[in-house]
Amino acid sequence: MRALLQPHRIVLILIAVGLVFACVTQMRWEWLANPKYQTLLVEGVWRSIWLTAVTMCIGMVLAVPIGLAQAVGPWYLAIPARVFCTVIRGTPLLMQIWVLYYGLGSLFPAIPGIRDSVFWPLLRQAWPYAVVALSLSVAGYEGEVMRGAFKSVPHGQLESAKSMGMSRFTILRRIWLPQAVQRVLPTIGGETVLQLKSTPLVSTITIMETYAVAGRIRQDTFIIYEPLLVLALIYMAITGVIVLAFRWFEMRLPSRTA
Amino acid sequence: MACPPASQLSSFELLGFGECGWGDTLLLGLGNSIMIALGAYALGFVIGVFGAFGKLYGGPVTRDLAAIYTTLVRAVPELVLILILYYAVPGALNEVLLAMGQERIILPQFITGVAVLAFVQGAYQTEVLRGSILAVPQGQIEAARAMGMPTTLIARRIIFPLMTANAVPGLGNLWLNATKDTALLAVIGFSELTKATFQASATTKAFFTFYPAAMGLYLLVSLTSIYAFGRIEKWARKGQRDVRG
Repeated sequence: MRALLQPHRIVLILIAVGLVFACVTQMRWEWLANPKYQTLLVEGVWRSIWLTAVTMCIGMVLAVPIGLAQAVGPWYLAIPARVFCTVIRGTPLLMQIWVLYYGLGSLFPAIPGIRDSVFWPLLRQAWPYAVVALSLSVAGYEGEVMRGAFKSVPHGQLESAKSMGMSRFTILRRIWLPQAVQRVLPTIGGETVLQLKSTPLVSTITIMETYAVAGRIRQDTFIIYEPLLVLALIYMAITGVIVLAFRWFEMRLPSRTA
Repeated sequence: MACPPASQLSSFELLGFGECGWGDTLLLGLGNSIMIALGAYALGFVIGVFGAFGKLYGGPVTRDLAAIYTTLVRAVPELVLILILYYAVPGALNEVLLAMGQERIILPQFITGVAVLAFVQGAYQTEVLRGSILAVPQGQIEAARAMGMPTTLIARRIIFPLMTANAVPGLGNLWLNATKDTALLAVIGFSELTKATFQASATTKAFFTFYPAAMGLYLLVSLTSIYAFGRIEKWARKGQRDVRG
């Protein structure tokens, strides 16, 4: 609290309050009271959070074998994993999303019999493509992170586990994976924020998440700046929640500092 | 010469140059992407240098303003920032011009794109450069001060050469980000590589010709950059002892 009460900070806070006041009184906010836009916004925010959470989980599950293959795998597993990570990290996510949606999506209808299959209702919608593209992106970036994490676990830990007679899978489950994940937890927190910040890209394939909702409101009402400011505020709020959640999570994990 | 329908052309003909091929469109897009990335990166570096020094050695107000800048920019998605700045920058500029009694101007898309991406890059570069300045041994700076060097001379002779080696890996990652972030400008309709690919494939329906080709171009840029930054780091670490001993 004392840090905030220095003279220059008080002036800065007053300026900020003045700016907010000017925004509230001078700009047009009547659209926020419209229940139609309220429901749209809530749904959009929910979709953004849902996409971030689901794709982070799927991506991390994929990243563990990719990281493992790169760290200790034989060459016929290590090289494909390497290539996958390089391609994902070397090309823009927007392009990956478009390849899957416009490219693969245009290929499916040509397969005979697919329109009658159970998969068709799924393939016809946009969100499966978004989930796949975003998950693969996480897998590519985190696969590289996990490679470093697996390699950074002290060798003595694995050797002593082996000398206890643990099987290779038990070593991975009980010793290797937990220690690797613990090491990269701060990194994963940062990557989750990055993932949240890449979800607006799926609005380009017709998914109505927060960014697309703001675009829709701007089109309907001809208001340029206000929805964008709300949009920025929403993302900042979600980012804050993610950062706090990971900080809390890290504190709960037992760690011994030498 | 009239072109046959796109479905009758082979991938090579589609990617080729001339009347029926889209090769020149793609390469033009790649050129645009690289130009924007270079411009944004260079401008972002200038912002980053001032931001980093401001954050470390500036007065209390400068420090707080720099902290607000980096925190806000890094918490909001690039796409949202690009959209806000894309409308706000020309708007604000025209307000100023009108207030000064001048005519309205229409900013070229290229310049707006560069300015917007540089604003985003600047925040990240500030953090990378700040970290690498902090990694310069304190004794070196104190010794320079004890020799009576003025601040700018210390920055030029001591801090810059010593921080380069620490900054290169982070700056290399940011350069890769800059090349990939140019794809975001496709959303606001700038015809860089991603947009050009989209147009080419939407017209010809040859999705699996153009997307892999464009991804190959992006990968080429990335891999060359990774190699180049590796060389630069080696050069910057010349004379340093290898940590591995």
